[in-house]
Amino acid sequence: MNVKQLLKRGLSGLITTASGARVRAEGTDGEAPDFPPQAIYFANHSSHLDFVTLWAIMPAELQPKVRPIAAADYWGSGLKQSVAEGIFNAHLVHRYKDRAHTPADARPTRQTDSGSSPKTSQLTGMTDILDAGDSLIIFPEGTRGPGDQVATFQAGLYRLAQHAPEVPVVPVTLKNLSRILPKGETIPVPRLSQVIVHQPLFVDDDESQEHFLSRARGVLADELATDAQGETA
Amino acid sequence: MIGLIDSTMLKLFIGIGGILVLATIVAAILWFAKRGQDNSTLKNLNQRIAAWWVMALGLAVTLLIGETAVIVLFLGLSFLALREFLTIAPTHRSDHKTLVWLVYIIPVINYWFLWEHWYGAFAVLIPVYAFLFLPIRNALAGDTENFLQRAAMIQWALMVCVYAISYIPAIMQLPVMIHNGREAAEGSALSSGGAEGALLMLFLVVVVQLSDVFQYVWGKTLGKHPVAPSVSPNKTWEGLIGGVLTATAIGAGLWWITPFTWWQAALLALVSCLMGFFGGLVMSSIKRDRGVKDFGATIAGHGGIMDRLDSLSFSAPVFFHLVRFFFTT
Repeated sequence: MNVKQLLKRGLSGLITTASGARVRAEGTDGEAPDFPPQAIYFANHSSHLDFVTLWAIMPAELQPKVRPIAAADYWGSGLKQSVAEGIFNAHLVHRYKDRAHTPADARPTRQTDSGSSPKTSQLTGMTDILDAGDSLIIFPEGTRGPGDQVATFQAGLYRLAQHAPEVPVVPVTLKNLSRILPKGETIPVPRLSQVIVHQPLFVDDDESQEHFLSRARGVLADELATDAQGETA
Repeated sequence: MIGLIDSTMLKLFIGIGGILVLATIVAAILWFAKRGQDNSTLKNLNQRIAAWWVMALGLAVTLLIGETAVIVLFLGLSFLALREFLTIAPTHRSDHKTLVWLVYIIPVINYWFLWEHWYGAFAVLIPVYAFLFLPIRNALAGDTENFLQRAAMIQWALMVCVYAISYIPAIMQLPVMIHNGREAAEGSALSSGGAEGALLMLFLVVVVQLSDVFQYVWGKTLGKHPVAPSVSPNKTWEGLIGGVLTATAIGAGLWWITPFTWWQAALLALVSCLMGFFGGLVMSSIKRDRGVKDFGATIAGHGGIMDRLDSLSFSAPVFFHLVRFFFTT
């Protein structure tokens, strides 16, 4: 293990300690989850701590091959960009709403009930990552929510699952991170958080986008509905 | 004398070490005798004993370093306790900036006053200034929904996790008041309570923690009639009476580490153990209300920091003020 890896392990430990994260496999009282060699991890999104925490809980040997997807409009400049790309190995994407208009946008895209459908070009980088054998961490809601609910999913998750049907799609529920660092705040307030890693999903051959996305979203929504720890508004 | 540890305290620590060695051997024998059976209770017992070793050694090391280390230790424990409390407290999103004050600023000032031996400021900072300031900050945030509940909840977090817990290290300053008077103690030098102050703190910690242990032991063996069945079925009259009396006897037997006579030590131990029991009962009510079993999982086998400190947080302020009232001028 070289110095850089050692520093990353130290940083991972620091992040999980700071977020008080208790990591457990679904349905257990604290058993460590299995992390497949390659996976598409997706989670509910409510805090800047989300992708940092998900990165930090990954086993050391998998960490270099996990690519969190982060929004370029927030992480894509200056120091934040060096941190996101240099340390957390993030892949920055331009979200549809603030991306410069490209010829691809002129083409009609399929709109679904599950929210806006991202343009194909946004996904190309992610499918390249999967083709290279690396894992992805994505937040299909597209933006941070209040923490106690899950918004409708964007279509990207379905497209990625279809692109690499053999790669397990692993749902991860993040609890309480939004209470540590909610949207709009800069100083975190210490609380204990939970990371629940669920059983992997696979997209069925003839499964519709709508069905798969609601199945995926349901896993997170059901978990969030159990022992909610009382946050309101 | 090294740090705050003198020959008397060395004897006390040898005694504590002896009890832990004995407990470890007994648990190992039980483990061996019942191997292959379902033994979750035994596993929990082993975890608890291991955690006791860590806690006793940790306290010994900080005492070896000095009063500053003890104060920093309890500041850290207050911080961890607050984190557990805020995890289960249903605060609003709009309380966030108030909570930043609660967590990062007020505890540091509180423990700083303690470090300065500035009793007058320490005693009023939280009950006067912080308790008035926090709802003001909350009102400025503009969210009035459940305002009274939120203000009360935030004040309570501060009361239990910071103010009450900080009375444990405050006990170290009592000998200065006992020997030189309250006025001379104000702003006295760091560590001026010496080994005597550290022993007084250990007296409370040992007696109250043993009271918890013996309440558990008596309750498990003889317990039948719960004191408050809707709060906690595990807290029984048999456990309460057996545990408190056993720990009071131990407290009386430890008079030689205190400035008290044996019966004064016994009375103070009795009051402390009763307060400790009520502390556990109140914390159980909070946990039951919030639908959790423990405050966290920080200490293996014990639960969270607050699960271990609940009894001390209720007994320390009362012990401090009883001693200050009756033994200092």
